Amino acid sequence: MSQPDLIIHDEKDNVGVVVIETTKKGQECSAWIMENDKTIKVSSTNEVPLGHKIALKDLKEGDTILKYGHDIGKVVKSIKKGDHVHVHNVKTKKW
Amino acid sequence: MKIPKSFLGYKRENGRAGTRNHVIILPVDDISNACAEAVANNIKGTIALPHSYGRLQFGADLELHFRTMIGTGKNPNVAAVIVIGIEPKWTKRIVDEIAKTGKPVEGFHIERTGDIGTIMKASKKAQEFSQWASEKQREECPLSDLWISVKCGESDTTSGLASNPTVGNLMEKLEPFGVHLCFGETSELTGAETVCAARGATLEAKDKFMKTWTSYNDFILKEATDDLSESQPTAGNIAGGLTTIEEKAFGNFQKIGNLKFIDVLEPAEEPKKGKGLYFMDTSSAAAECVTLQAAGGFNIHLFPTGQGNIIGNPIEPVVKLTANPLTAKLMKEHVDCDVSKILSREMNLSQAGDELIQTMLRVANGRLTCAEALGHKEFVMTKLYRSA
Repeated sequence: MSQPDLIIHDEKDNVGVVVIETTKKGQECSAWIMENDKTIKVSSTNEVPLGHKIALKDLKEGDTILKYGHDIGKVVKSIKKGDHVHVHNVKTKKW
Repeated sequence: MKIPKSFLGYKRENGRAGTRNHVIILPVDDISNACAEAVANNIKGTIALPHSYGRLQFGADLELHFRTMIGTGKNPNVAAVIVIGIEPKWTKRIVDEIAKTGKPVEGFHIERTGDIGTIMKASKKAQEFSQWASEKQREECPLSDLWISVKCGESDTTSGLASNPTVGNLMEKLEPFGVHLCFGETSELTGAETVCAARGATLEAKDKFMKTWTSYNDFILKEATDDLSESQPTAGNIAGGLTTIEEKAFGNFQKIGNLKFIDVLEPAEEPKKGKGLYFMDTSSAAAECVTLQAAGGFNIHLFPTGQGNIIGNPIEPVVKLTANPLTAKLMKEHVDCDVSKILSREMNLSQAGDELIQTMLRVANGRLTCAEALGHKEFVMTKLYRSA
């Protein structure tokens, strides 16, 4: 039970949350999936701070971001696996 | 962990129990604040609750004002109440309702007397109440006397990952003891509204929730000039990594664990269906929400924060927890319970839930919260629309 770099809520999720102070560019991160207790690897393409999200797969415009196994918004700018996922490439589907 | 079956509280005349023993000086309206604050300054052991409203309100907005005033006075954390208003009629309405609890309450109005005469009369009564309340002792009370409200603030992704689920774990463990529980934040369930509605224990509760949420959402759509960016999520939320309202909502929703809610309450409404979890229609602004929950009769509050919200309430102690290791380090004086070790997997959710139960019981027994020690007493009335 080593300390994870990312935590993923649900195995359906396509993003994970950074739980260390920051990831480094190119860092291979261990990502713990809470739901099934598995650990996967993903390489961070840039520096991403604590609490921010990293893509677990390539995503294109219009795709849905899944977290907690639920729809939390849409991709508005294509995202590569390992990229920082935030307000610059994802928007709400509400309001 | 074996959960203690009791805590040390103040037994009240109406059978409820308080975690605190306040004597409050309650102004009915904004222009009576000065008088109320002067009385509280004169008489030690009392606290004034100044606020900004109470004049020319009407309809549902006025009823909410009365409900908040009356509910605050009735809260079991309050031993006795002095009510001060400009006019006799509204003052008396509040006094009469608080008096039904059996606790000492007296009203004073300023018209035809002026501030100085009113301050003198009210101070004499306040001194009597303060000295009377000071002799009250804590006694053993069953856990079911705890009415626990929850609200999160300055949330970030660590809230949804750890601190909110810790509150959910506490709820799951304490519900069998017959406690009352309450969550709110109507707007911040947007995106998770159908998942939340499904947690209604009855069809009636589910329908009532959807009706409440839809009315809030319609209002937001009508008033919003843009997509509410800057407000939902807040700049603090975004800095903490939350991207959309939906993400925030699913994180927020973790606070109720696997529980179902038995009823939907109006803002500041007292629960009437007995023990269990209630949803209250509230704003998601921290001080407004906690003020409404305290007015609903809740006597201890759990507040998970990510980036570090610092809120307190004058009558309901606010216990703060965080799972964000930076917040726990940089804002230590605001954090009652640090559960950041969940993120490094040095602590699991159940251990965090136990730690929160222990912290909450210490506070229920009298330990000052960080917010109390720092002097936070945000009392903020919710206003539904413009006054006449």
